[in-house]
Amino acid sequence: MRSKLVATLAGVSALAMYSSMAVGSKYNFPEPQSIIARETYDMHIWIMWICLAIFIGVFGVMFYSILKHRKSLGYKAANFHHSTTVEIIWTVIPCIILVVMALPATKTVIAMKDTSSPDMTIKATGYQWMWGYDYLQGEGEGISFYSKLSTPRAQYENKAPKGENYLLEVDNRVVVPVGKKVRVIITANDVLHAWWVPALGIKQDAIPGFIRDTWFTADAPGIYRGQCAELCGKDHGFMPIVVEVMNADDYSKWVAAQLSASTVKTSMHIENK
Amino acid sequence: MAAVHGDVHGHEHDDHHPSGIMRWVKTTNHKDIGTMYLWFSFAMFMVGGFLAMGIRAELYQPGIQILQPELFNQFTTLHGLIMVFGAIMPAFVGFANWQVPMMIGAPDMAFARMNNWSFWLLPVAATLLVGSFFVPGGAAAGGWTFYPPLSTQGGLGVDLMIFSVHILGASSIMGSINIITTILNMRAPGMTMMKMPMFVWTWLITAYLLVLVMPVLAGVVTMLLTDRHFGTSFFNAAGGGDPVLFQHVFWFFGHPEVYIMILPAFGIVSEIIPTFSRKPLFGYSSMVYATASIAILSCVVWAHHMFTAGMPTVGQLFFMYATMLIAVPTGVKVFNWTATMWQGSMTFETPMLFAIGFIFLFVIGGFSGVICAIVPIDIQVQDTYYVIAHFHYVLVSGALFALFAGVYYWIPKWTGHMYSETLGKWHFWLSMFFFNATFFVQHFLGLAGMPRRIPDYNLQFADFNMISSLGAFGFGLTQLLFLYLVIDCIRNGEKAPQSPWEGATTLEWTHLPSPAPYHSFITPPIVK
Repeated sequence: MRSKLVATLAGVSALAMYSSMAVGSKYNFPEPQSIIARETYDMHIWIMWICLAIFIGVFGVMFYSILKHRKSLGYKAANFHHSTTVEIIWTVIPCIILVVMALPATKTVIAMKDTSSPDMTIKATGYQWMWGYDYLQGEGEGISFYSKLSTPRAQYENKAPKGENYLLEVDNRVVVPVGKKVRVIITANDVLHAWWVPALGIKQDAIPGFIRDTWFTADAPGIYRGQCAELCGKDHGFMPIVVEVMNADDYSKWVAAQLSASTVKTSMHIENK
Repeated sequence: MAAVHGDVHGHEHDDHHPSGIMRWVKTTNHKDIGTMYLWFSFAMFMVGGFLAMGIRAELYQPGIQILQPELFNQFTTLHGLIMVFGAIMPAFVGFANWQVPMMIGAPDMAFARMNNWSFWLLPVAATLLVGSFFVPGGAAAGGWTFYPPLSTQGGLGVDLMIFSVHILGASSIMGSINIITTILNMRAPGMTMMKMPMFVWTWLITAYLLVLVMPVLAGVVTMLLTDRHFGTSFFNAAGGGDPVLFQHVFWFFGHPEVYIMILPAFGIVSEIIPTFSRKPLFGYSSMVYATASIAILSCVVWAHHMFTAGMPTVGQLFFMYATMLIAVPTGVKVFNWTATMWQGSMTFETPMLFAIGFIFLFVIGGFSGVICAIVPIDIQVQDTYYVIAHFHYVLVSGALFALFAGVYYWIPKWTGHMYSETLGKWHFWLSMFFFNATFFVQHFLGLAGMPRRIPDYNLQFADFNMISSLGAFGFGLTQLLFLYLVIDCIRNGEKAPQSPWEGATTLEWTHLPSPAPYHSFITPPIVK
């Protein structure tokens, strides 16, 4: 009797937790800031609802059975053991549901792979353990810098209080203009890394000796933080990515400032390679 | 003693096997070997569990406290390898050893001497794995998937891991060939393929998968070894190789491997649900076909582990569709179990509780699996805690819960003693609670953007990590209760009747006393 109650409670709380994922942002993807991120976000919510419906359906039946069809209530077992019709139905229905899920996903996959005609191109290179950025084409062409974790060592050694952007702050941010299609070419210098900014909906492995690309168009100015997402050794957890999206004017000012100072940084870049 | 009596009694004789340690070293008896497999896997489960406790202790709060990043990576790597190759897989082989001969009415496994060798390779492999912590440079730290070029950088620990994987692979292949041969050739008269118990069916299919993919793993680790030491460049772009090639070959092994760890679990659950529902398994033949379909599909979905590695649009779409398709036969299984329970006359002893817990939580893992199959969503959750949550739902509350269910179900037959039902129920409910406390919140961590394999994290992830760690400590302690329960059952358990389960219909319950005699079915039973 008690186990029945516990089972019911467990079921209900699991459902409640699952459905709460659709509400608070702490339980979900970060607020999407690009068209791909938004489509992904919506798709996730929509598939969660489908899963929830199936979950309630299947476990509704199962838990009804668990509550009613038990020996302690004197229930006598039936003896049926197959039904071709029922089995065909519950094979076909999931197929249909899957097609319904796959259609919007296919559309997004095709869109996210389309890196053609960008407004600007940035190369991101993964190093153990920092990122290097080269602005290859578009406004800002020629800018080149490294981007390292700026959280002081004392903070992760617990010798100083941790700040709000603990482990998600860098010395040099990647700056891009709002509303422009930015193609990111991604590679690595030593081992695999992955360039990931959740709010922009992109993640791409950085593979030494190979080049991969992805793209985003940021919807609004702001600072978007991400982390390396492929194990790359000791300091894998300490090579964040910070993208700062500026409006067109601010971006032009940033580019001008960078280009006037970049001679020094570029030469350092070559030295390090 | 037993040997002397055995000669007199003839029928249930114990044979002239050596006693003491040599009994276990030299044994060719499927029951002894099964027992050793099970104890070995439990020992490895404790070692892997210890590593998990270390990981969760470090992640209990932000900052580096207990494990430096290098050691943390060694812990995560070895936790994965030990749990997959040391705990879950050998445990299922242990079940196969004990149960397959008894369930098909065979006297032993087909290749009894090879069976001994398959087992005794395991402690050697385990020694290499665990011992690698103590060599210069420490254990492998490139993740259980040991992707190059990172794993090319590692020290002696990586080489030990490679040899260990070779040995484990050899053990698995021998074990599988043995199981296939036993099932195909040694069934009792009248037991046609379509009359075999589901557990036997799922193991037959699993064994074929193992024979198919273990050589692939052996090949890929050998290529890694020659890259590391003999100047080849299979995975090194500078020499004309490709790091992504490793991932393709690894996951061609790795994805079927996932099903190798879950199909026998389906088999165990398919034995338990009908027994405690007192009703035959619904849709036996569709269960068989579903298992076979899952096995075949599992060989063509590997690249869904690599959506962020970058592949052509057509490749991404193919692997997405193929992966989603696996939901169909898996769904059929869940519906069949539900239909088996429907209008049964159910009781809820510990095996049944674990079996229902398995279905409930495995389905959650299945849903997150479908979500991970959708390429745009997968690209977001790949290599985050969402994926950690997903595969622990299918491996811990999937494979492990099924193993627990199986132990409770068959331990009366193995030992001749009943386990304590009260402690069994405690074990179930505590495991259920702590498992969800540990892993459910990890879905949220992953969605919010916490990568996996990091020793430290931003403050926004602190609450859920603390809950998860507390859950993990609870889960770990709960398993000590299981150890106590098993020892208590062996030493002090009540005498078990031939069939303590009213609804059990397979041969080990209908034809053999408890405990099953050392040599069973010397004359095969007739199956109608």
